[in-house]
Amino acid sequence: MTWIEKQRNILDYTLSSLFRRKGKNLALIGVYTCIVFFLASVMFFTYALKREAALILKDAPEMMVQRLLAGRHDLIPLDYGEMIQKIRGVESVKGRLWGYYFDPTNGANYTLMVNEKHFDSGSVIIGKGIEKNLPGDQFGTLPLKAQDGSYLFLKIKSTLSSDSELVSSDLILISETDFKKIFAIPEGYVTDLTVRVRNPKELTTIATKITQLLPDTRPILRDEILRTYDASFNWRGGLLLIILLGSILAFVILAWEKASGLSMEEKREIGILKAIGWETSDILLMKFWEGTVVSLSSFLLGVILAYLHIFFSSSVMFEPVLKGWAVLYPKFRLTPFIDFYQVVALLFLTVVPYTIATLIPSWRTATIDPDMVMRG
Amino acid sequence: MILHPAILALSIGSILISLMLILSAYFGLLILKKWDLKSGSEVQLSLERKTYLISTVMAYAFSFQVLSFFLFIYTADHLSPLFSGAMCAAGTLNVNRWGYPTFLLKMINFLFAGLWLIINYTDNRAYDYPLIKWKYGLLLFAVPLILAETIIQTSYFLGLHPDIITSCCGALFTPEKQGITSSLIALPRLPLEVLLYLGAGLSIGEGVVFYWKGKGGWLFTFTNGATLIVAALALISFICLYIYELPTHHCPFCILQSEYRYIGYPIYMTFLGSGVSGIGVGALMKARSIESLKEIAPRIQKRLVIFSLLCLTIFLIISGYQMAFSNLKMVF
Amino acid sequence: MIQLQNIKKVFHMGKPNEFVAIDGIDLSISSHQITVFKGPSGSGKTTLLSLIGSMARPTAGRIFLFDREITSLPERFLTEVRRKTFGFIFQQFNLIKGLTAIENVMTPAYPSGEKRGSLAKRAYELLNLFGMAQKASVRVDWLSGGETQRVTIARALINHPSIIIADEPTAHLDTKLSIEFMDIMGKLNQEGKTILIASHDPMIHESPLVHRVIEMRDGKIIRN
Ligand SMILES: Nc1ncnc2c1ncn2[C@@H]1O[C@H](COP(=O)(O)OP(=O)(O)OP(=O)(O)O)[C@@H](O)[C@H]1O
Ligand SMILES: [Mg+2]
Repeated sequence: MTWIEKQRNILDYTLSSLFRRKGKNLALIGVYTCIVFFLASVMFFTYALKREAALILKDAPEMMVQRLLAGRHDLIPLDYGEMIQKIRGVESVKGRLWGYYFDPTNGANYTLMVNEKHFDSGSVIIGKGIEKNLPGDQFGTLPLKAQDGSYLFLKIKSTLSSDSELVSSDLILISETDFKKIFAIPEGYVTDLTVRVRNPKELTTIATKITQLLPDTRPILRDEILRTYDASFNWRGGLLLIILLGSILAFVILAWEKASGLSMEEKREIGILKAIGWETSDILLMKFWEGTVVSLSSFLLGVILAYLHIFFSSSVMFEPVLKGWAVLYPKFRLTPFIDFYQVVALLFLTVVPYTIATLIPSWRTATIDPDMVMRG
Repeated sequence: MILHPAILALSIGSILISLMLILSAYFGLLILKKWDLKSGSEVQLSLERKTYLISTVMAYAFSFQVLSFFLFIYTADHLSPLFSGAMCAAGTLNVNRWGYPTFLLKMINFLFAGLWLIINYTDNRAYDYPLIKWKYGLLLFAVPLILAETIIQTSYFLGLHPDIITSCCGALFTPEKQGITSSLIALPRLPLEVLLYLGAGLSIGEGVVFYWKGKGGWLFTFTNGATLIVAALALISFICLYIYELPTHHCPFCILQSEYRYIGYPIYMTFLGSGVSGIGVGALMKARSIESLKEIAPRIQKRLVIFSLLCLTIFLIISGYQMAFSNLKMVF
Repeated sequence: MIQLQNIKKVFHMGKPNEFVAIDGIDLSISSHQITVFKGPSGSGKTTLLSLIGSMARPTAGRIFLFDREITSLPERFLTEVRRKTFGFIFQQFNLIKGLTAIENVMTPAYPSGEKRGSLAKRAYELLNLFGMAQKASVRVDWLSGGETQRVTIARALINHPSIIIADEPTAHLDTKLSIEFMDIMGKLNQEGKTILIASHDPMIHESPLVHRVIEMRDGKIIRN
């Protein structure tokens, strides 16, 4: 019990001492918060993107087959599908039609995808991002320019709602006839094929068979995409973290300097405490509480700000850096998502260096001679 | 290397702690050479001040050791989707040859750091630093191990490349293969179970005797240690089968996953907790005969015995509960 | 109750600026007395008090407190002895700026882990004893010299010390306050406290309350 009371007393004293030196401590907390804010923003952002990718791929087919021409993705004949269908273990093969459309008026890229189920030609379903981009006077139609220069005016049936705004934001669902008209796709060709197999364990065997049978194709497995996504997000996020590590280092030096550059008055205060009955380890305890209070408050503040930044302000600061592939991408909002593990990792990443940086200065302070206060 | 925040955090933390420990070891060496409590010289005064730094560094190092142990396995678990063939930490650790050594060293260093703090705590309660040589001897022994851990952990992280094909628990922890793990798993269940409960019973008995009579501290340490080793074997050989409700899955890492309600964490914690406090009891036996610790050491030992037995009991209760309420029924 | 055997304090030993501040003092101080150390500046009064008050350790020699040797105690225990046995009154008062009077009085007792409530009550009673109750929650920066002195005394008493050590306590006080200070010391002495004072102030040397005056020069005792 006395142990707890002692902690409380010393914590109380520490808080009052922190308050008495507001200026110095607020500056430190401010810098600390900024560091946590940037690191946390990077982490939340990459994780949210990763999760979006996982959401997209959740419904993706286990295998896709594309045709390659001179090393680039080309249209694939539907005959190929029939040949693949005959391989033992293949359940079904479907052709897909999709592509990108550049809208010069908005300077944006849209993804067009054929969805047969709920469509007659002449109408589309569009993502939220596109809806925002539309000028007000269109009366529910979307003009798209075809390959031959003519315009198609398509009726907007509805807008998409989805778990993941990242995918659906720039998406246009369209009928097969309209799609083929816009891109002038010859009959009997599709963008790629999706393959379903009976037993997922046979995926790799079937993929090998496909490459043997049709040497100009490339089968892509869903798990492979997931892994590549994961790796590339980790890599990009990590790279930014490395850059930010530089800032951690700078911060650590600042913390060290702040902790060792005690004013005469602070030194005197420690001397008085020791002279009137505090022990070196009590001062160390006080410094421990001081570090804890400073780190935790900055950490919480930084994390909360980062959360608001990423999930409620559309990550204004990072979009160009991390998304890379689509600067002209329509605005979207990431689904709020927080992982306890990420937060713990971040806590480690910031608190451990700070604590260690202040360790030696705190010890120096704590071992001040008490008899110094008996002299002028 | 995979630039994952947790990997960066672990690497940076370990490196910083290691730097502090190198400094501490240097001071420890000075203390071993020049310590003379009778002297009021400035050298002695500055050495005494250094003991505060070393204690603080070790306390932080120990806390870091505990937290980083769990962060490490959680990270290994978390990263497993990046490696073909890995389903849990077992596979990620197996990506290169430094994974398992890091894991083992983390446990060993946990024990050393904990033991050091127990001795330090005891020594600080006496007015004449009776354990000082011993304490700093142990420090000089433990620091290289922690440095080794940092180096091996760094090599492990540097050698982690996505796409490496590894083999996971399914292949590593099966009785069919040749090798140490396989023979451990294939250990016959009945004798192991008997040994486990016998060991636990003996530990409790010896603990109680020690608590009241103050005799048999080393015996308790050894019995407790042996029981824990048996417990670890029992865990992979049959206890975890009940947790997974699969008759062939022997992995000691999957129990850390959310599917199994993170039951592995309390299991690991109680295991390590019982281990370190059990070793502490034996380590303090010597201190009982020291004049200035005659009363203090037994008191600390009693607390350690209680803590150790408490951890052991919780461990047994958790595993017993898992076995009793599992959907897996095994006949043997 | 306090015994010094051949005590030496050397600063910067073995260096060119080596300085012997206390040069082999043997002394025994009895309980329940007011003892005063006098001597010219630099004669070692403050150094001797800090050795007795276990704030610093002697370079050589032995110190006994209530028949217990404290010379080579680890710092931890030395501090405990200091906290439980001594109350200090310093020349510069040394209150902690920015804290209130009552917080200053409570500070020495924080590490002992006493409950804040009972601690605050005791601190208030002490302040009340010296007529400072109505100033308890005033920041010490705003107090007058005499009030500061009384807060300092209250702080010295919070841990129930048996010995009070005062170094030049009247240096910043006028005659009236100096007399008041000695009166308080006299009262505390009657309650059974042992009091050690270092001072140049003739008013203290000549005070009828003082039992013993020890004169020092160059780190040695010249008259006892
Ligand atoms: N830390 C130190 N390093 C070097 N010399 C010191 C130190 N502390 C004290 N001294 C020296 O020791 C001598 C005795 O000092 P001390 O403060 O005990 O004298 P004093 O009798 O209290 O003097 P005064 O009456 O001026 O307060 C002085 O000459 C001082 O310079
Ligand atoms: Mg003086």
